[in-house]
Amino acid sequence: MSDHSSTYEPTNGFTRWLDERLPIMRLMHGQFIDFPTPRNLNYLWTFGAILTFCLAIQLITGIVLAMHFIPHGDFAFASVEHIMRDVNWGDLIRYTHFVGASMFFLAAYIHMFRGLYFGSYKSPREIIWILGVLIILCMIITAFMGYSLVWGQMSFWAVTVITNLFTAIPIVGESITQWIWGGYSVGDPTLNRLFSLHYLFPFIIVALVALHIWALHVVGSNNPTGVEPKTENDSVSFYPYYVIKDSFATMVFALLFAWFVFYAPNYLGHSDNFIEANPLQTPPHIVPEWYFLPFYAILRAIPDKLLGVVTMMAAICVLFIIPWLDTSKIRSTRYRPLLKPFFWLFVITCLVLGYCGAKSPDYRFVEMADTQKYTSKAAAVSAKEEILSKNKHADLEIIESINSKEITYDLKNTKFKLTNQVLSLLLTFYYFAFFFAIMPIVGLIETPHKLPGSIAESVLGKSSADKAQ
Amino acid sequence: MSSDNDDVARRDFLMVAAGSVAGVGGACALWPLIDQMNPDASAKALASIEVDLSPIKDGQAITIMWRGKPIFIRKRTADDIKAAQEIPVSDLPDPEADTDRVQNDEWLVLIGICTHLGCIPRGQAAGDVHGDFGGWFCPCHGSHYDTSGRIRKGPAPKNLAVPPYKFLTDTKIKIG
Repeated sequence: MSDHSSTYEPTNGFTRWLDERLPIMRLMHGQFIDFPTPRNLNYLWTFGAILTFCLAIQLITGIVLAMHFIPHGDFAFASVEHIMRDVNWGDLIRYTHFVGASMFFLAAYIHMFRGLYFGSYKSPREIIWILGVLIILCMIITAFMGYSLVWGQMSFWAVTVITNLFTAIPIVGESITQWIWGGYSVGDPTLNRLFSLHYLFPFIIVALVALHIWALHVVGSNNPTGVEPKTENDSVSFYPYYVIKDSFATMVFALLFAWFVFYAPNYLGHSDNFIEANPLQTPPHIVPEWYFLPFYAILRAIPDKLLGVVTMMAAICVLFIIPWLDTSKIRSTRYRPLLKPFFWLFVITCLVLGYCGAKSPDYRFVEMADTQKYTSKAAAVSAKEEILSKNKHADLEIIESINSKEITYDLKNTKFKLTNQVLSLLLTFYYFAFFFAIMPIVGLIETPHKLPGSIAESVLGKSSADKAQ
Repeated sequence: MSSDNDDVARRDFLMVAAGSVAGVGGACALWPLIDQMNPDASAKALASIEVDLSPIKDGQAITIMWRGKPIFIRKRTADDIKAAQEIPVSDLPDPEADTDRVQNDEWLVLIGICTHLGCIPRGQAAGDVHGDFGGWFCPCHGSHYDTSGRIRKGPAPKNLAVPPYKFLTDTKIKIG
């Protein structure tokens, strides 16, 4: 694809002069005007453009917000409120930035699942995929640091919990954590450096995105069939076909974006973050933003601290090596009947893990229990002991409830329960099994469906494709 | 007169020497940039605080700040002490005898930060949940601490830490 020559012709004296000195117009023309692109890309392929749009929105609104924000423990929270109330258009700009983070992750996750389904990580696109994983890693770090800057209760405790992950490292963990904090707990120095880095990271993302697109333009886009373009008939030029398609999809996406900004800007946030950070009180129920929930569930699923942190990191880092875990030569899951159900189960697993992450650790998804009412505590205790004498593994609990007049004691005998912990653990197991067991094994034993002879054939049918040749 | 071989050895030496100087110099230049993030002089200036224990009644607890961290001070009841001392040390996830954690059975002094991921466990106020073992319960990821501040159930790996402190009088301690 990269060897296609640009058909750029300078049209006037200035562009001719420029082209001989810096052929940037020629480069842009070759890469974004007449770049040959598979003719069968569906709307899932528009998320690259949508993500570029999201990144631009975050950069522009972010630079503007930094003109008003004060990265100091005593003033940060108030300065955010100042942006919301006093700064001209401040509420619109800040809500766009805040909602924009969610929209960015929504688009990125769809983009990643698309890559996973259509095998866009397979040879020769491994580098594109690895750069993509690096981008999502940087996005995670950037979003986390940005969320901390609000310096509300959720911000503060998110920083506390996440920086404490480093204490899990044996021996040097404590020193590393204090190095990150710049003190003995999360405080003003921490906020200040998070602000500095939150401003830096988007530019690292821009650089990675440039490499991601460069690598993409060397080997060309994948497509829903996973069959490489063979003749000119398989491709169309990027302009006008995909410029128009991407623009249309971006506008539809912008409608959703705008709906959140204008009608439900706080729907994806937490009310606790409207309370200023208080190092003496942890909110009763702390949860991260929705886009981190599956990873948070994985962290909590493992009862051991170090192992939990390692597992959570592994959940992201495993993506780096999937080009080599998948043993199938067939790219598109469309033609992989055995992998398909496992893939959709994987998608459901990620969604349910997110739901687990939002619930408290001892939340029970399913519970079957007999409850007996007692009016005195002694009666409840003796009944409890009687059951225990028959079955010492019985799961019994006495619950005191105070009504207007009397206190009752409910003896709850739980026969069966599915706790958040257990479900999260099962789903975490599947998450890793999908990559380490299903991907390698299915590729070896599966009989794929027949692939179409060419992209044109998949779009036009065999006879018309032959005619068009 | 030097032969070709001598010349090669000389070049190699110069390459290694130049590389080493550049490497060591680079590392030395990097260190201040890394170390500037460590706790600075103002954070290190370890302020010690004195706490008057006389207003605290049996079973009550107070929270005070020391080095930006909450310190839990609890006056334990006879039941609390009994529960803490009864349990065999070998049954604990982080085995430590209650007597090694207190200087005076009645007074439990702890750094009130969950050893899992740094949340503040609940259990200081009278109406709070105290967890399954009568001490503290961390709402973030469900760790239960007993009446000696030891981890009994949940993901936290260690007991709540005991800060350095000493009794100045029977009702006054100095932390730090």
